[in-house]
Amino acid sequence: MRALAAVARKELRQILRDRLTLMILLFIPALFLLLYGYALNFDIRNIRLAVQDQDGSSRSRALVSSFVNSGYFDLVASGHDPAAHARRIDANDVRAVLVIPDGFGRRIETRRPVRVQVVIDGDNANTATTVSAYAQAIVADFAAREAAPVGIAGPAGAPLVLEPRIWYNPQLRSTLFLVPGLIAYIAMITAVISTALSIVREKERGTMEQVRMSPLDPVSYVLGKTLPYLALSFASALIIILVAMALFDLPMRGSWLLLSLAIGLFLVGAQAQGLLISTVAETQQVAFQLALLSSFLPTFILSGFIFPISSMPAVVQAITHIVPARYFIVALRAIILKGADLVTFWQDFLALGIFAVIALGLASLRLSREWA
Amino acid sequence: MLGRLPYMVRKELLELRRNPALLRIVIVAPILQLTVLGYAATTDVQDIPVVIVDADRSVESRALVSKFEASANFVIAGLEPAVDRIDPWIERGDAWMALAIPAGYGDAVRAGRTAALQVVVDGTDSNSANVALGYARVLVATHGQALARARAPALASEPGIGADIRVWFNPDLESRDFMIPGIVALLLLVVTTNLSAMAIVREKELGTLEQLNVTPLARWELIAGKLLPFALIGMLDVVLVVAVAVGWFEVPMRGSIPLLFGMSLVYLLSTLGLGLFVSTISQTQQQAMMTTTFFFLTPMIYLSGFIFPIENMPAWIQPWTYLIPLRYFLVILRGIFLKGVGLEVLWPQALALFAWGAAMLTLATLRSTKRLA
Repeated sequence: MRALAAVARKELRQILRDRLTLMILLFIPALFLLLYGYALNFDIRNIRLAVQDQDGSSRSRALVSSFVNSGYFDLVASGHDPAAHARRIDANDVRAVLVIPDGFGRRIETRRPVRVQVVIDGDNANTATTVSAYAQAIVADFAAREAAPVGIAGPAGAPLVLEPRIWYNPQLRSTLFLVPGLIAYIAMITAVISTALSIVREKERGTMEQVRMSPLDPVSYVLGKTLPYLALSFASALIIILVAMALFDLPMRGSWLLLSLAIGLFLVGAQAQGLLISTVAETQQVAFQLALLSSFLPTFILSGFIFPISSMPAVVQAITHIVPARYFIVALRAIILKGADLVTFWQDFLALGIFAVIALGLASLRLSREWA
Repeated sequence: MLGRLPYMVRKELLELRRNPALLRIVIVAPILQLTVLGYAATTDVQDIPVVIVDADRSVESRALVSKFEASANFVIAGLEPAVDRIDPWIERGDAWMALAIPAGYGDAVRAGRTAALQVVVDGTDSNSANVALGYARVLVATHGQALARARAPALASEPGIGADIRVWFNPDLESRDFMIPGIVALLLLVVTTNLSAMAIVREKELGTLEQLNVTPLARWELIAGKLLPFALIGMLDVVLVVAVAVGWFEVPMRGSIPLLFGMSLVYLLSTLGLGLFVSTISQTQQQAMMTTTFFFLTPMIYLSGFIFPIENMPAWIQPWTYLIPLRYFLVILRGIFLKGVGLEVLWPQALALFAWGAAMLTLATLRSTKRLA
């Protein structure tokens, strides 16, 4: 215990002297949240629209202005040449082209059905799906307003109406969805990166021999080296959440105790993963590659942070079970957004605990082999 | 003309060969990751778990439920007798959506009155919630039209004003075709930046930089000697991941393959140049690692348009995205893969990427002073 305290004190002093590292670990995460919290959203607006109006009637102009007035589309180009519009899509200057056929206005007046065409750049399927839904809604709305007096609207009195109610996030703000994921991502990166080089650095520099000669046992050596970082990461995670509450109206509906417990379990697991990498790698460069490839991209893509896990193929869904961020994000969203208690998501806590124990076990096993 | 450069390159290659673990990682990991992440990175929403509260239990309500059952978008996660029983389903996330059919639904349908259905959606995943709600709307509207047609066949047959949606390049709205070029660019960024970020600081930390400094090696020779072997590995990675993208995931390859490789080389110059620059300004490998991850990789990934469209970002952030090489390479990759366009369209991006790489390499060369900092 005395040895542990001594190592921890030495490590802490080293961190305090390395101002850059300290600042990075403590404040950059909150700064990240600030930047990305504003920058990232799936709410699609300002869609660049080109119009090919071959009719030029008052009705076709009315349709164009209902696109512009919807608030979703910005009119950036118009013209009769389809090839010019195609080039604009190629160069990403426009995302959608509205083509109004000749005789559009006349057909509406003579009560004949008429179709307009909307060409959408499909390179981003997610955006394209949304743009298509907006366009369809605007045209349907236009049809109801313009054509109803003339009499070609749909059947009067819809037989079924849907009354949607959205829980937890009534405005469907993507910020509320993304912030817990960002917290997990930032915590994972800080924890793994702060420990991944710890032991391999001593190995590479040859100072491991000196450590081994000292009267330190491996356990207090490792704990002493990681506990200061654990405290640092924990503080930084709490700062992130406070910033999110202050700036992004993140509701904190659940218990702080559970939240701290979830963060603690997750950080211990992440640091143990970093330690494991540090004991396996022979050089810092290899450790860096392993740390990035095992934490950076999986936490980003396989955790449900952005991509819904239930849409993934079964094999990949199985793989996501070994990504601890998956459980952490579920727990965070449940505690912060839903105010759920432990009964509803104890499985995720259990999984976080199991991951931490396994990672710690493997790391200490590798370390004692290294020590001997 | 080449002078001492070949010796420097040979030294680097020897060192790489002596470190088989690193080589294995940078060759095998990108392929493995692309295979898994390529499947994972999809924004398509399928199999939405929905819990159904059928308070009516009539022939009509069962007809509606069977429509949800038959839809590929929904999976029925459970049935509950009353609306107040759905809370735990949504709280645990076992169901994303609840459909409540009120008592009297069948009577209303038979009598030709408007029947209201209630849908509760879990809004925590706003994107999926939006999509799920859209699917439910379409399904209910279609069912409603079928009911109306059955009621008064003449009334519902008249088509009004409608929109024909045509989606170019990706008619099935397959998000994988969009994501995989992005993952290719991302993997190359992560692997190569990190290779070169450690390169010079490692020699600094181990004390071997001094040995290099006393040789007659020029600064540019040091940088070029570090760069070339990594560029070789990077190009090997490009070939491998492009092969997986096209051969395994069947991402359409509509443009020119030589152009793709040429552009990848320019991109690698910028990522490797960035790494080398970080390496020259860092004192320890840990610093290099933190600087790369925090100040370069993370912002690049989030702000490059890889997933989050740049046009959705606030106006004050958008100009900053021009500083990100990944942004240009994404446009180039997606342009070549999906749109089949060439340099006549992509030259501004190509130019920006080239300028970025040249600037980084110049900075790295200037920073790598031969004195010991």
